[in-house]
Amino acid sequence: MTAEQIVFLIVALVTLGSAFMVVTTRNLIHAALWLVATLFGVAVVYALLNAGFLAVVQVVVYIGAIAILFIFAVMLTRKDARDSGPQTHKNWWVGALLAVASYLGLSALVLGWSGSSKAAAGLPSGFDAVGQLGEALTSPNAYVLPFEVASVLLLAALVGAVYVAFNRK
Amino acid sequence: MVPLSWYLILSAGLFSIGLFGVLTRRNAVAILLGVELMLNSVNVNLAAFWRYGDVTQMAGQVFAIIVFAVAAAEVAVGLALVISVYRKRNTVIADDIDLMKW
Amino acid sequence: MTTETLIWLIPLPPILAFFLIVLFTNKSKALSHTIGVGAAALSWLASMVVFFRAIGVEHLGEHPFESSLNWLPTGDTFLKIGVLIDPVGAAVLFFVSITIFMIFLYSVGYHNFGQPKGDHDVAGLPPHGATVEEHGRKHVVPSIEPMYSRFFAFLGLFAFGMYTLVVSDNLLTLFVGWEIMGLCSYLLIGFWYGKPSARNAAIKAFMTTRVGDVFMLLGIAFLYWATGTLSFREIFTEETLHILGTTMTPIFGLSAAGLIALLLFIGTVGKSAQWPLHVWLPDAMEGPTPVSAMIHAATMVSAGVYAVIRMFPLLTTDFNGHELTTAMSVVAFIGAFTALFAATIAVAQNDIKRVLAYSTISQLGFMIAALGIGAYVAAVFHLITHAFFKALLFLGSGSVIHGMEHGVLHTGNHETDPQNMFNMGGLRNKMPITFWTFLIGGFALSGFPILTAGFWSKDEILADAFGHGHMAVFITLAVAAFMTAFYTMRQITLTFLGEPRTKEAEHAQETPWTMTAPLVVLAFFAVTYGWVGIPEHFPLFGGLVPNWFHEFVGGTLAEHPEALEFNVVPLLTSLFVALGGLFFGWLAYRNVQTPAEDKFQIPVLKNKWYFDEAYDFLFVKPAYWFSETFVSAWMDKGVIDGILHTFGKVTQFLGDIIRNYFDLPVINRFFGDGTADATQWVGRNLRPIQTGRVQQYFMLALVIFIVVGAALYYLLLA
Repeated sequence: MTAEQIVFLIVALVTLGSAFMVVTTRNLIHAALWLVATLFGVAVVYALLNAGFLAVVQVVVYIGAIAILFIFAVMLTRKDARDSGPQTHKNWWVGALLAVASYLGLSALVLGWSGSSKAAAGLPSGFDAVGQLGEALTSPNAYVLPFEVASVLLLAALVGAVYVAFNRK
Repeated sequence: MVPLSWYLILSAGLFSIGLFGVLTRRNAVAILLGVELMLNSVNVNLAAFWRYGDVTQMAGQVFAIIVFAVAAAEVAVGLALVISVYRKRNTVIADDIDLMKW
Repeated sequence: MTTETLIWLIPLPPILAFFLIVLFTNKSKALSHTIGVGAAALSWLASMVVFFRAIGVEHLGEHPFESSLNWLPTGDTFLKIGVLIDPVGAAVLFFVSITIFMIFLYSVGYHNFGQPKGDHDVAGLPPHGATVEEHGRKHVVPSIEPMYSRFFAFLGLFAFGMYTLVVSDNLLTLFVGWEIMGLCSYLLIGFWYGKPSARNAAIKAFMTTRVGDVFMLLGIAFLYWATGTLSFREIFTEETLHILGTTMTPIFGLSAAGLIALLLFIGTVGKSAQWPLHVWLPDAMEGPTPVSAMIHAATMVSAGVYAVIRMFPLLTTDFNGHELTTAMSVVAFIGAFTALFAATIAVAQNDIKRVLAYSTISQLGFMIAALGIGAYVAAVFHLITHAFFKALLFLGSGSVIHGMEHGVLHTGNHETDPQNMFNMGGLRNKMPITFWTFLIGGFALSGFPILTAGFWSKDEILADAFGHGHMAVFITLAVAAFMTAFYTMRQITLTFLGEPRTKEAEHAQETPWTMTAPLVVLAFFAVTYGWVGIPEHFPLFGGLVPNWFHEFVGGTLAEHPEALEFNVVPLLTSLFVALGGLFFGWLAYRNVQTPAEDKFQIPVLKNKWYFDEAYDFLFVKPAYWFSETFVSAWMDKGVIDGILHTFGKVTQFLGDIIRNYFDLPVINRFFGDGTADATQWVGRNLRPIQTGRVQQYFMLALVIFIVVGAALYYLLLA
């Protein structure tokens, strides 16, 4: 077992554990904080995958913006976000069964696939992943159009969120 | 060296945990938390497949970035909806929001 | 202009007048009659030119004026129409054009042109008179006919038909003219359609002549089938006649020629009102008097005889000069019988026009009988003289009626029938011109010796019958001639002689010049026309004037008829019947004042031998019975409706079965209600899963997704 594998297993365990806490803890503020931990874990996984830009964006956007947004929302709807009492409805076992089934199903698919055991090739020398990504996002020959559409989507979400949540009084 | 399947199984676990949250939590904000987990699992997948495929093809990373944007939009609109419902009905319990029943 | 072109043009002015009047000038009475009379004058003028050119041609019979053109393509050949003026055509054209012109002129006066509008006249009824104020006194004068223009239009159409018939060189256009006249006859008899009697008379005339026309059309069709042509000149060649004469038909052992001639002759029987289709002509007197004169004395009924004259070569195929063929015997019998039969009825009639109507039938019978015994020239001669004096008599009777109506208007007693001769008497002083012309016409009809045309023509028929040994025909016609003279004198005596028997007769007045002038013209011809046909061997007069008529008209036939040897018996007979009839007529009626004193008012004669009643019983009633009882009540309402009602009942029965045993239980209960029930049951049982809870939906979707996905995975991939 290499050091990299050990690092991966530790990160994975932390990530999954905190994710589990996100969906099971009663206190929603705690759940949001556990989410931050999970997102950090995922950011490390990105780093392990040599996707540095994604790791940084994960930290900045997810943790810096989305997680904070959740905390605000929890606080604004404080009345129902009680720490006491069950946070799951009475049919939670069905959801649990389905989650386990989907995990088993996905794992079976992954392990049954021959390409799943291959190792990663080494990066070419002098490979500039961030530069490549920037070019891909802005090159007319690559992904400029989805990129711009994503910007339009964000604008629409911005306007929509303001419109939906606006307090008309 | 870490094989690809490890990442995929991590992703599947993350996804299933998120799914469990979505299916069982009563609080609408908590459901959105589950959705975030599921989206992250997808991103892990995308990044892993990028890294284990042809690294010069940036599709994996590009789509991960677009998923970020979608997630941001989803959270913004979703939380706005939750707050709006909360204002009108004074609740964020998903089971109580059942106007569409027969 | 060549004569042929002129002949083509003769029928045109009247038809143009018809359209002009109908389409444009019918509002203006003066313009309408100007156009009508002008057209008649033009046709008259053209006819005169043609006639005088015709008599100037040597051997016109062999080289007639003729012109034809292709009309209808019939396969390889053409149906040709054309014009033909041979000697007979020219002679007929002569009297037709004169009488038509005279009658147009007469109509102007007859329909009271120049008089004021009637007080309460309506279209479709005879004018009732108008009240005018003169010198402070009100009195009633005749009023103008409301449908004056229409009358001239109809007359124009009629004249077109007659001219077409006369100038035709083929049976087809002859038949066209024939039918146009039939239509006009219907329209003009029913001219005063407000009177039920006029309506009925119009329908009767049309229906009766239709019977004849159908047979005539059959004859034409047969002729065309047998010869392939309808042109006279092509049919009357020796070969064609020989073929037709030797072809036998299965009907009564007649040859084709005889059968065709008889079929065509039935058309004539209808048109010329011969027994047994004579019944329409007396009723046709319901029409205005010019119509009676023109259609029912001078032209249309003559057209029937004219058709037989045209078909004479066909009729006399195989005639050896002595033994009559079957067809000729039939024609001779019908003619002679009609002559006598109609004369007996005429004796007992009181209506001045009806006497003339029966007289017309009788005289037409003379002509038909003459044709039947082969006396071609005599028949044509009598046709022409009769047209003149009968038109004269009709117009004279119209003048008398007009004068009497004047008297009726004066006294205001509309109960008095102005046509009943017993209401007249003594009119000779009141209406001198009418009297003298009527007298001439009457004497001509009676055959007053030497002077009048009627004597020469009738004498020729009798002489022909006697000379060729047809004694039965001779005696029948002689008796008929005697009766003719008798009833004519009766008519003259009752109408003009003696003293007025009613106040109306006392106040009768002479008619205007437009009515008397035609009388004078026709009277002239009624006297003089006879002189063109005096037999050469006649004592005293024979040879004074050449027998031009015999030469001229006889030239029409391929085989010129021989002039007859003079025989004293027929001469004495005709002298006796004419003078005797006239004398006895005067003797019997000079003192008769009322119908009761008239010894000849025998019911059987008065009622025309009950022919109308018999036809009513034999044809009209059965026709009504057939249509109302048999067809309508039995066939239609009974059988047809019965079948339909049965269909209805059966269908309803079937429908009930299908409804009660299939539709209601299977379609309605099972499929209809069953589907609804099943749907409702499913819906009711599926309703609980519609919780409105998003997470439950999601779970359900995932369960199904996983189950289906797993199943597909193991079924398809594993």
